[in-house]
Amino acid sequence: MELQTLTYIVVGMTFAVYIGIAFWARAGSTSEFYVAGGGIHPIANGMATAADWMSAASFISMAGLIAFYGYGGSVFLMGWTGGYVLLAMLLAPYLRKHGKFTVPEFIGDRYYSKVARIVAVICLIVASVTYVIGQMKGIGVAFSRFLEVSYEMGLLVGMAIVFVYAVVGGMKGITYTQIAQYCVLICAYTIPAVFISLNLTGNPVPQLGLGSMLTGTETYLLDRLDQVVTELGFAEYTTHARLSTLNTFVYTLSLMIGTAGLPHVIIRFFTVSKVSDARVSAGWALVFISLLYTTAPAVAAMARLNLHETIQPQNAENLAYAERPAWFKNWEKTGLLVFKDKNNDGLINYTADPDTNEMVKVDRDIMVLANPEVARLPNWVIALVAAGGLAAALSTAAGLLLAIASAISHDLLKGVIRPDITEKQELTASRFAMAGAIALAGYLGFNPPDFAAGTVALAFGLAASSIFPVLMMGIFSKRINKEGAIAGMIAGLSVTLLYVFQHKGVMFIASTSYLGDMRPNWFMGIEPNAFGAVGAAINFIVAFAVSMVTKAPPEHIQHMVENIRIPSGASTAQSH
Amino acid sequence: MADNNQTARKEYWRANLRLMLVLLSIWFVISYLCGILFVEELNTIRLGGYKLGFWFAQQGSMYGFVIIVFVYARKMAALDRKFEVND
Repeated sequence: MELQTLTYIVVGMTFAVYIGIAFWARAGSTSEFYVAGGGIHPIANGMATAADWMSAASFISMAGLIAFYGYGGSVFLMGWTGGYVLLAMLLAPYLRKHGKFTVPEFIGDRYYSKVARIVAVICLIVASVTYVIGQMKGIGVAFSRFLEVSYEMGLLVGMAIVFVYAVVGGMKGITYTQIAQYCVLICAYTIPAVFISLNLTGNPVPQLGLGSMLTGTETYLLDRLDQVVTELGFAEYTTHARLSTLNTFVYTLSLMIGTAGLPHVIIRFFTVSKVSDARVSAGWALVFISLLYTTAPAVAAMARLNLHETIQPQNAENLAYAERPAWFKNWEKTGLLVFKDKNNDGLINYTADPDTNEMVKVDRDIMVLANPEVARLPNWVIALVAAGGLAAALSTAAGLLLAIASAISHDLLKGVIRPDITEKQELTASRFAMAGAIALAGYLGFNPPDFAAGTVALAFGLAASSIFPVLMMGIFSKRINKEGAIAGMIAGLSVTLLYVFQHKGVMFIASTSYLGDMRPNWFMGIEPNAFGAVGAAINFIVAFAVSMVTKAPPEHIQHMVENIRIPSGASTAQSH
Repeated sequence: MADNNQTARKEYWRANLRLMLVLLSIWFVISYLCGILFVEELNTIRLGGYKLGFWFAQQGSMYGFVIIVFVYARKMAALDRKFEVND
């Protein structure tokens, strides 16, 4: 069957499943809308969390980043998984015990302050909206590449699908679709990896294949890769850290803290029925995430090796442009691969030297997208990769949209503006908030703001510097009071934003970087994307200092803190 | 009775913090020490085709994280039962 038709069938089938789940899992109460009724099995929630967490960026871009950074790409692997250790020990069980619907609600209760709750809502919305733009773009791009419809059309279809299951099903619908989406995306990611590993090393497990010898030789795959890239003048794959060791350290820490502080991930742990389930569920989430994250470095190294060996076969001349393989031509059409014959010899010369390098563009996304074609896998695998990329983008978008919608209908409307509305009115309001959030995300997808490229980094920086520290201190300290928390959040947030904007421009408009984008001026050589951990440290220090000079939280708050540290007596998450 | 309850709760919390401290130390060692700060030293040792430091950064740390979270969940469940605070 033709690839195009096959892709339509596979993607269409997955979409039919998502819609079917939406009608089966209708939300009938606010508890079902916000936390799926609170009775999700820990393994099921782990799977949903994995899909919620792994975005279009994890699925499509991460292996490509690692392929070109080598060892330097490790920050993403360690940072985006290590955060779950923090989440499992420092936040998830206690927030589950508190038993409320949203993250700002906990902050409002713990710091006995509507102001703190509103500040938290602002942090949440800014972090989640910036994050969702990337997902909307991912949906549009996946559609336009695989189904050859326009970016706009793809975005509209994606919005319509999310609209159906998120507005009708709320968290309940989102949870069950995320489980289905996880299954689709993990198959789509691992199947090509298994075949490529088998081709290159004879070992079907990519994690082991990466440490094996190439078939028919006595050379280890990674040694061969190091040799190939260094001969062409690129940095050694297995040892080159992108920037300083300190930067690697701080960047990893920022991603870990940011991961643990992202509200759309935290609220997934409100859907299990017990505190002990929240702990176990975090473990399962990490298992499901690590399945993809430990496969990614194998995909990265093998794809990079395949790319170089296709262009520069061993002991032979460079590949003639006229004889380039079919996948090369396919991806040239999309503009992701660009060749320019600088010396007019008809051969492809790919080196690290920008003057003689003729592969003028190798988009890192093709490392995953072109993988099945490079490995000559059957068409249904290519169709599956398309469905997997869409599943990754849709599941993350839905989780983010729910976090935004519940902050608006539950924290702002019910919590602050109109506390007297009934549950039924709140449920209606939450559906409208969801529809509004989808419209906003769609609008931003159609008109990506200039700062879209830097947005995911900004979301992690915000979560790390504002949300994580206040949550952690709220649980582990009885002394931190509302003055401290509010001052801490604002200080952490401002320092991070000012640092990012100083170097990348206000709202990422380059010309407005008020002191210029000056690498020599980076604070101790720390790049702006890695600055969340520094913001978090400032948040902790300011909150502590301010709390010490103001009066301790009232008695009942101290009791509340003692109470959330004990698992017994947890009820299903509810509003009162 | 209420006092007993208070002391038991404090003890439970201290046991939790101790466990956390041990596990977070392991978390720090396998990622920040083995994967970042001492990566060059460890890279002189081989694990099959992997340099050991590189293996920690791109494989080992993640396996370790998974184990840490499950050990925490298990030990805490035992602690919950011991102090009769389980849910």
